[in-house]
Amino acid sequence: MLAFVIRRMLATVVVLFAITVLVFVIFFHTPGVDPARKLAGRNPSPETIAAIKHQYGLDRPLPVQYVILMRKMFISRDLTSYSNQGQKVMPEILAATPVTLSLVFGAAVIWVAMALLMGVAAALLRGSVFDPILMVLALIGISMPVFWLGEMANLVTQSRYHDSFLFSWVPPLGYTPLTSDPAMWFKHLLIPWLVLSVGYIGLYARVLRADLLEVGSEDYIRTARAKGLTERRVLIRHSLRTSMITFISLFGLDFGVLVGGGALLVEVVFGLPGVGLLTYQSLTSLDLPVIMATVIYGAFFVVVANALVDITYAWLDPRVRTA
Amino acid sequence: MATVGSLEQPVDPLGDLPEAVTAGDGPWRVAGRKLLRNRTAMAAGALFVAIVLLSFSAPLYADHIAHTDPFQSSLTATTVINGKKVDVLQQGGGALKLGETPIGPTWQRNYFLGADSQGRDVAARVLYGGRTSLAIGIGSAVICSLIAVVFGMVAGFYGGFTDGFISRMMDVIWAFPVYLLAISIATVLLTQGITVGPVAISASSLWLPTLIIAVIYIPYVARPVRGAVLSVREKEFVEAAIAQGASNRRLIFQEILPNVISVVIVLLPLMIATTILTESALSYLSIGVQPPAASWGTIIDDGQQLLYTRPWVAIAPGIMIVLTVLSLNVLGDGIRDALDPRSKVRVKD
Repeated sequence: MLAFVIRRMLATVVVLFAITVLVFVIFFHTPGVDPARKLAGRNPSPETIAAIKHQYGLDRPLPVQYVILMRKMFISRDLTSYSNQGQKVMPEILAATPVTLSLVFGAAVIWVAMALLMGVAAALLRGSVFDPILMVLALIGISMPVFWLGEMANLVTQSRYHDSFLFSWVPPLGYTPLTSDPAMWFKHLLIPWLVLSVGYIGLYARVLRADLLEVGSEDYIRTARAKGLTERRVLIRHSLRTSMITFISLFGLDFGVLVGGGALLVEVVFGLPGVGLLTYQSLTSLDLPVIMATVIYGAFFVVVANALVDITYAWLDPRVRTA
Repeated sequence: MATVGSLEQPVDPLGDLPEAVTAGDGPWRVAGRKLLRNRTAMAAGALFVAIVLLSFSAPLYADHIAHTDPFQSSLTATTVINGKKVDVLQQGGGALKLGETPIGPTWQRNYFLGADSQGRDVAARVLYGGRTSLAIGIGSAVICSLIAVVFGMVAGFYGGFTDGFISRMMDVIWAFPVYLLAISIATVLLTQGITVGPVAISASSLWLPTLIIAVIYIPYVARPVRGAVLSVREKEFVEAAIAQGASNRRLIFQEILPNVISVVIVLLPLMIATTILTESALSYLSIGVQPPAASWGTIIDDGQQLLYTRPWVAIAPGIMIVLTVLSLNVLGDGIRDALDPRSKVRVKD
């Protein structure tokens, strides 16, 4: 197990290095693009551009440029935004992180609970009309663009039915920190949580159902049935336990991606000031240092989450360790 | 979200065939017949074809039915409703009786779904937008698959260092959240486009989002292709071909490619569904399709300011996306069931 962890960690370091190189190449060496101009934001003055050229060492050899960027990113952490009057980038990202975490965490709770319920129900109700109905619902959930669903939710809860008893509790778009007013925090986030989780509920319910049915033909399930256990007990104690391995690894990856920036669209639609909204605002003002930082931090988060998932997986299932 | 990722179960084209096979039928014919029998999948396929035809007849609709140019803003235009002449952009129509509100759905030939904030016919724009969205979605999925097949085949066939290098490269792209990768590339290219050698792509070209989306999904196809190549390589018929002195080219094109292509065929509809969703998201973030061109994503974005007054601007393109993606997902499931022998187990018990 230890050998596996060490090997996995080494691989992670290599991928992290490759990611920084890739980001460096995309932002600094795309053919025909002048990075200094790009970093300077919209309508920069020649002095700013010259200053940036010097600051990022753009007149020096490639490896030096790369090292300078990495130092700015991880050691001195003094990456500054030019479109935003020298605002430091890192504190901005740190301040936005709790919002993204709140959003993703709440949605994850909902989608795991709902997907378990739907997946198990569909597998249990196999052969009845409910199985196909549940699966069609799941498929519709997967097929909806999340930002559109968010807009539709806004249309209903903020405008059309806001005055009805159903949605009169919905506050205007925005965010309240958990620490300042937990009830308000919850009210602000409930609709975004639901919207974000819909697609994942569909996806996970489908995966879980397929997995449960596949596991159902294994020998040990037959043994469990032969022992005279009830169908329900076989499903929950025997099939579901095995299916959880796929479920958990999928969950780890998606959770990582969402915290790493995947929740962007939902944050934009609901005006939640998380890392995604920060990235979006930087997009509109072409604030490259911010985008660069959020991209690298996001990718790092995903890679580390992947590594953790793999290690958990190996811990749960010893067969993986030797692979 | 990894819509495709979750469905990338390896397909074994050489597995057991269903029992109802007449001797002499090839696996493709069997799969085709199975697909034709799957009513849900065929209905979904028909819906998808209908949406494609409808979208590509957008100019006909604009010219002959709505009599409008959906790319020309017409702030002073008027239309006739119930015999009365009405401004397309109505003054003070909003909740505060201030500003301009475009006309809502008339449910007749012109301004069927109303107008957007520039007085353009939404119904015609949704059709034109569909053309763009479908072209980018299908185009990027096909380009992506082609590149991915090359990478996957080379990695799986040659193995060793080549495989290691390509696989690690795929890992790095895979590690990026797709939207972040697309955002990085798009921000760099957005203002001036890209010029590589003789090829110049302008910033407003539809090729830009198409290629960006194609690149970010390469690992999603290349990985299963590589896996399939690895398993086909070990089969006896490949060994037999090697024993006969077949060249690498012959091995790749005659022996292996025909046997891994089903992986791509299974993935393609799901890929298109994913790329259409991605295109709409990027366009919604205004880093996909650039104005004056329209896509379903940009129209939803346009509709955001009008959401509470004229919701149809945003509702209509969203419904089109849902129908298209849904039909592709159902069709994809059907194709997978037809080509994947393991689905036999799933249908029977």
